[in-house]
Amino acid sequence: MSFKASRVLVASRNFANDATFEIKVRSGLRLEEGPPVTTVLTREDGLKYYRMMQTVHRMELKADQLYKQKIIRGFCHLCDGQEACCVGLEAGINPTDHLITAYRAHGFTFTRGLSVREILAELTGRKGGCAKGKGGSMHMYAKNFYGGNGIVGAQVLALACKYNGKDEVCLTLYGDGAANQGQIFEAYNMAALWKLPCIFICENNRYGMGTSVERAAASTDYYKRGDFIPGLRVDGMDILCVREATRFAAAYCRSGKGPILMELQTYRYHGHSMSDPGVSYRTREEIQEVRSKSDPIMLLKDRMVNNNLASVEELKEIDVEVRKEIEDAAQFATADPEPPLEELGYHIYSSDPPFEVRGANQWIKFKSVS
Amino acid sequence: MAAVSGLVRRPLQQVTVRDAINQGMDEELERDEKVFLLGEEVAQYDGAYKVSRGLWKKYGDKRIIDTPISEMGFAGIAVGAAMAGLRPICEFMTFNFSMQAIDQVINSAAKTYYMSGGLQPVPIVFRGPNGASAGVAAQHSQCFAAWYGHCPGLKVVSPWSSEDAKGLIKSAIRDNNPVVVLENELMYGVPFEFPAEAQSKDFLIPIGKAKIERQGTHITVVSHSRPVGHCLEAATVLSKEGIECEVINMRTIRPMDIETIEASVVKTNHLITVEGGWPQFGVGAEICARIMEGISEKLVLEYSQAIINIVYLNTYWIRRLKPAFSPRSCIQFPGCSRCSCHWC
Repeated sequence: MSFKASRVLVASRNFANDATFEIKVRSGLRLEEGPPVTTVLTREDGLKYYRMMQTVHRMELKADQLYKQKIIRGFCHLCDGQEACCVGLEAGINPTDHLITAYRAHGFTFTRGLSVREILAELTGRKGGCAKGKGGSMHMYAKNFYGGNGIVGAQVLALACKYNGKDEVCLTLYGDGAANQGQIFEAYNMAALWKLPCIFICENNRYGMGTSVERAAASTDYYKRGDFIPGLRVDGMDILCVREATRFAAAYCRSGKGPILMELQTYRYHGHSMSDPGVSYRTREEIQEVRSKSDPIMLLKDRMVNNNLASVEELKEIDVEVRKEIEDAAQFATADPEPPLEELGYHIYSSDPPFEVRGANQWIKFKSVS
Repeated sequence: MAAVSGLVRRPLQQVTVRDAINQGMDEELERDEKVFLLGEEVAQYDGAYKVSRGLWKKYGDKRIIDTPISEMGFAGIAVGAAMAGLRPICEFMTFNFSMQAIDQVINSAAKTYYMSGGLQPVPIVFRGPNGASAGVAAQHSQCFAAWYGHCPGLKVVSPWSSEDAKGLIKSAIRDNNPVVVLENELMYGVPFEFPAEAQSKDFLIPIGKAKIERQGTHITVVSHSRPVGHCLEAATVLSKEGIECEVINMRTIRPMDIETIEASVVKTNHLITVEGGWPQFGVGAEICARIMEGISEKLVLEYSQAIINIVYLNTYWIRRLKPAFSPRSCIQFPGCSRCSCHWC
């Protein structure tokens, strides 16, 4: 299935207020109609998305730098290249909707409302981090954002959405690697059976760690893996496509029809994690090709400039501002103190009176408060 | 309170463990809309062991949910619901099947509050029968007390009597932490006398507190779940020979009430642990380790008088605790009058 459309330019004095673009949703399954074939991008939204994507991009590059300086340690999974996914998804839902993902979560942590400062400080393990330095890269939480999970495979919050009856939807993300986990099929079954308002989203960046999708999956049509669940395959490098598909999927769920599956075809520039150079299982040429032809930020920038929604200088200014914001955040993340050792035992139990925790031997005790 | 608010719910004074759990869940479902039960056969079948009998008829599909055979899936769904603010009771038909879902219990439920720096509590209850049943073979008879008791962030309780069962399930549901409730299939049908206060809708048994079921002075016997009954039977037999056992019902595996056990061992100086799990790395092993760790400080420092008396009387005991009574450590303790134990 493919959708065709025409482009319409809106005349303007300075900048156009908005422009219309064609949307290429790549394929669909069990859907009588797909998302709309065109969408309107306002100048205001365009600038907002540009800034957000640039922020995520630069934040990830800064994390890379800090990691190489050994200021960030442990696990660190970067999502540069996939900016259109997190920003586009957020653009298609409400802040009151729920989102949960796996470990490549820094972008989502930002789009769900946390500041770059809190995120970088969590990566550097300082007390100003969003989990007070105790979660690190994979365990960041915010309102209606449930992490950040280390274990591959989705969790379904949608039961609560249906139970509460508040017209909220749940976005449950997993990667092309996790798509082969058994528990996802258990989740598909129950979500469809009970008509839970759940958007299953497979962020297909073509590689599960070092294993390409062809080497991992008997069927790489991830949008079809839900079988009895309708599915959409979407260009994950095009933020407008992601946004429209998400709006469509959210409306579908909110109407009570049950779950829907979205596959976002995207790409990560970095390796799987910081310990992976990312070139032993794919070629540098491939990475370069995606960067030059499909980079999400470049795509948005070209659209905006070519349709008179913004000038090159204006976007450069945003770049400068973003760079400064990231720099400030990195300073904070480097200078903020680590959580004190006395707090090592804190937050084991919730809502409990303080108690003592045994340390490395029976004479070392830590206090634990909730 | 019991007289005013606790209307007698059953005409009988005797309540089975099954009915006690049923009552506990019923009362909590009524009290808080956010509480719901999910698991295999919990609704229309009335529960694989009939523990949730009548609940589906009373509360309907929204609150009592039958799941497909997908432990990992429905445990994950339940944890997600708890993260989003509901209070699920997730039943495993037996805890043997919880192994399919153990990642959700440990990694998604137990560790999340800590990893989020106190932001994300997970108020969930995992319950079901644990341990041996009647001839169901190895795969269906494992005791998981030591496995779950190992993990920080989890609370683990193991009721024996009906009073235990009702009080602990209610406390577990009201607790904002993930709680594993290890029931026992062979105990479900056993009736116990229900004290008046247990009939109240607010009857709670605190998690983390053991109960001394029988006072004694000669031997401390510590147990949890069904074996507690066996210990009490053994105590009755021994009593005829003049040996008075102090039988402690742990009630909670984690956080363990080591203080009650310690105080008892100080009194009796003999300890036997009884459990249904395997010995290596088990509950008994942990109790022994903690008693040994506590012994050189608390037992000698604070209770030197009692120990010296026993030292005097019981040579076997001296031999076992010899490492703790090296001459140097004995002399250090204040209040130690020279005894004739020959260590100093």
